[in-house]
Amino acid sequence: MAILADRPPNVAVTWSHMPRLTTIQLSKGLVVLVVLASALGACTRSGDSDRLIVSAASSLAGAFGEMATAYEKEHPGVEIDLNIGGSQRLRQQIIEGAPVDVFASANMGAMDGVVRSGEAVGPPAVFALNSLVIGVPAGNPAGVFTLADFADASLLVGICAEQVPCGSYALESFALAGVVPSIDSLEPDVGALVLKLELGELDAGVVYRTDAQRSGARFDSVDIPDEHNVVAPYPIVGLTDGPSVEDFIDFVLSERGRAILEANGFDLP
Amino acid sequence: MSNDTPSRGHQRRIPSRPPLVIVLLAGLGLLFFVLPLIGLLFETPWTELPALLTSDIVLDALRLSLIASVLATVVSAAIGIPIAYVLARVDFRAKAVVRGVVLLPLVLPPVVGGAALLFALGRRGMVGEPLYEATGIVLPFSMAGVVLAATFVAMPFVVLTVEGALRNIDQRYEGAAASLGARPWTILRRVTLPMIAPSVFSGVALAWARAFGEFGATITFAGNIQGRTQTMPLAVFVALESDRAAATALSIVMIVVALVVLVALRDRWWRAS
Repeated sequence: MAILADRPPNVAVTWSHMPRLTTIQLSKGLVVLVVLASALGACTRSGDSDRLIVSAASSLAGAFGEMATAYEKEHPGVEIDLNIGGSQRLRQQIIEGAPVDVFASANMGAMDGVVRSGEAVGPPAVFALNSLVIGVPAGNPAGVFTLADFADASLLVGICAEQVPCGSYALESFALAGVVPSIDSLEPDVGALVLKLELGELDAGVVYRTDAQRSGARFDSVDIPDEHNVVAPYPIVGLTDGPSVEDFIDFVLSERGRAILEANGFDLP
Repeated sequence: MSNDTPSRGHQRRIPSRPPLVIVLLAGLGLLFFVLPLIGLLFETPWTELPALLTSDIVLDALRLSLIASVLATVVSAAIGIPIAYVLARVDFRAKAVVRGVVLLPLVLPPVVGGAALLFALGRRGMVGEPLYEATGIVLPFSMAGVVLAATFVAMPFVVLTVEGALRNIDQRYEGAAASLGARPWTILRRVTLPMIAPSVFSGVALAWARAFGEFGATITFAGNIQGRTQTMPLAVFVALESDRAAATALSIVMIVVALVVLVALRDRWWRAS
């Protein structure tokens, strides 16, 4: 036992075997960091091209992607940066002072918040309409055909959380149908819900018609009758003054813009 | 590995003056952590706090978070320590690859981790589908799913910390025990584990903290339903969209719980070593 005697058994791992940094090494590291940071800063601010930041609701991701490409092609020198997210979160970002030029929302509520905060320039314009469908995994293995099926506790069904437009619309639709659904998951946004439908993890969910009509959608849909469905208006507004802001919004409202929206499954106002 | 000097265990604190740069950088770093906290405290609706904190949503989420994070920590320790042991003590070829795979959840965005768990363990997943057909068990959208998601992201902390400790202890003690006739299991229990206890505890504490704060993998794999899979971070996230007062109140609860646990653990386990 002699070899054990000179040292207590519980020796913690300490930092002492880490290489020790000298002040010079540290300052070198700092210089590198500062240079990197300023280089990054330069990257984001470089170029004289006009740059528009457009915050668009998740359900607009496809349509506005095409919109931005088409607009940039028509207006060389203008760059559209898309900031895609849940309408409520986009609203929050704008109110907190995010540098956004255009806001396209999936519901009036989020837009009202922005208008009330005084961030909007001019009144919002409704540029598209959406409605709901029942989304099911390809082939509809669980045989979900009506909103009433969502009351079946043995099925795994999901909708968006009430706080995001697709969730509040879904609840509105259930109320119209007089159904109390037995929900197994309240998804944070429609994209998360669609993923679980595509994977077959949920038997059914309430999604936008545009999600189901999107090219490459890997799930099936069942129509919800008009009397139980909602009409979801999509308003757009400028948040900064400037010719290109107005011009981009005019483009969205123009025939070109309407054609893109229609091709993505939206109804037009 | 055992190049330690015999006196290291009793290392005395030498009262030295730290370099100024270090102190300045440390202060700057501290500010980086403290500022967001102050921001949160400013946003907190203190007068509404009692009502918010006793709401069903908060109580359900807190209960679920505590249970799930503790279960995930237990699983992480039960599996993570053996992984660490194998990585530290067993020689095999693909070790670097195995270690990389085990540590992957540290760099993987948690949402991707959650999606990967769905592909593997979901109702239509590679393993999940046969499991469902055979037993009817569905892991997503259940408490078990919450624990699995949290374990996935938390376990690497146990593996990383414990493996480091195992590599740094003096193996002569284990050798001595073996020469005195102790069986491997006894050596592990009576010699090895006590020697690395402080590191095991810090690994476990880190794992718990990570599990308690887990968001992305959970919401992707386990979904979000109050009382079943909605943990505190999920409740905060959902509340942020609509009710900022509730969101900040929930965050305050999380911070207090985490601080109490981590500070208490520290006092109990680190001081001893």
